[in-house]
Amino acid sequence: MDAVELTVNGRDVHLQLDPRTTLLDALREHLHLTGTKKGCDHGQCGACTVIVEGRRINSCLTLAVMHEGENVTTIEGLGSPDNLHPMQRAFVTHDGYQCGYCTPGQICSAVAMLEEIAADIPSHATQDLGEVEFSDAELRERMSGNICRCAAYPNIIAAIRDVAGEGEA
Amino acid sequence: MKPFTYSRAASVQEAAQTAASVQGARFIAGGTNLLDLMKLQIETPTHLIDVNHIGLNRIEATDEGGLRIGALVRNTDLAANEVVRRDYAVLSRALLAGASGQLRNKATTAGNLLQRTRCPYFYDTRMPCNKRKPGSGCAAMKGISRGLAIIGTSDACIAQHPSDMAVAMRLLDANVETVTADGTRRSIPIADFHLLPGDTPHVEHRLTPGELIAAVTLPPPIGGTQVYRKVRDRASYAFALVSVAAVFGEDGSARFAFGGIAPKPWRVDAADAAVGSGPKAVADAALAGAQPTAQNAFKQGLTARTLASLFRQKEARA
Repeated sequence: MDAVELTVNGRDVHLQLDPRTTLLDALREHLHLTGTKKGCDHGQCGACTVIVEGRRINSCLTLAVMHEGENVTTIEGLGSPDNLHPMQRAFVTHDGYQCGYCTPGQICSAVAMLEEIAADIPSHATQDLGEVEFSDAELRERMSGNICRCAAYPNIIAAIRDVAGEGEA
Repeated sequence: MKPFTYSRAASVQEAAQTAASVQGARFIAGGTNLLDLMKLQIETPTHLIDVNHIGLNRIEATDEGGLRIGALVRNTDLAANEVVRRDYAVLSRALLAGASGQLRNKATTAGNLLQRTRCPYFYDTRMPCNKRKPGSGCAAMKGISRGLAIIGTSDACIAQHPSDMAVAMRLLDANVETVTADGTRRSIPIADFHLLPGDTPHVEHRLTPGELIAAVTLPPPIGGTQVYRKVRDRASYAFALVSVAAVFGEDGSARFAFGGIAPKPWRVDAADAAVGSGPKAVADAALAGAQPTAQNAFKQGLTARTLASLFRQKEARA
């Protein structure tokens, strides 16, 4: 067993883990933060997306021991039922889900994704590498790592656009 | 996953020395491919050496006017780098065509070069695969081969190299800089770095056991119109059926490199030389000697059409 210290949603946690433990399993099985979902467990669906040191990653494809001393934000850290994060509220307003299983990953991904646009990180949809411009095509491309089998995509895009302050496109 | 021990290296030297002294040790950086394969017990290291904290995460100018990209530079950061976007646009474009935002945030430059094939039979441990289990046979040749390689293959293996980034690196004549436990450094041209399958499809590159990639260097910028076109089954987040990286020079010369069609990033001098004769001639030169299966023969025509599309894109920009 390896000792691991993480800061999860602002709280310092100390864990003793088998090195095989993924960050996803550490969050769900050891810290009982079950908001983060296990979908494919192979980095193909995005349901396990969390924000580590400000960046969205697939928590199923990384070991908890590799994140010693790092800051992890899960859906529970973004907002609570009484105090929703603007992205959570927008998903409710725009009905950006059906079954809801992919939703925590979609929301964590969307929050960090907007930061990536703000940081001028380009995407496959970026027309001119010199300058990133906001568009629905950008949102769709940048969210392609989060699969929604209920296909709530139009409403997910509407919710993200709302939070970004871009209104109706 | 099979049990393994874990250590975090503090320096390049420590990482290389641990790799040399611990039987069955592997380096881990982004982990997006290795951990996936470990879950399926296709990769079964006894020890993981975490190399994320050994200072190989810088992008810097070389004395020759090129660029030195640290092995641990994340795909996101490389694609977003100002110099890469301006002077090596085809590299930015190739990186951004690959994977998802989440994966690019973890995946590294060196790890991308070393990623394993996405052949479905390599992943399916119930099936024979000469790459996964040497001598067991190849289930792909008479199986679902639609996405697999059509050239550079052998009787033992038709697996494709999945990388987009490596195709652009090949186009740009990158060099892979490595270091070993005794401190020996060497530079391997990317053309020589990946190996064709032949009789040993499980041997995929020239690295010796424990040899660590420290950086990838790019020669000085070559200018021109740089484009990357990836054709795939989905608009995003899918591996290439065919991809083409190209640089069209102002003097009418051009370079082409191809992904999705071969066991390594594919480049043929005769294809570059055929630019004046048009996209069909370039495709014919690039694919001379191709041995597709009935299921993936369409990639030949698709390569020609992808090239035609790039020629039109170049014309539109001129």
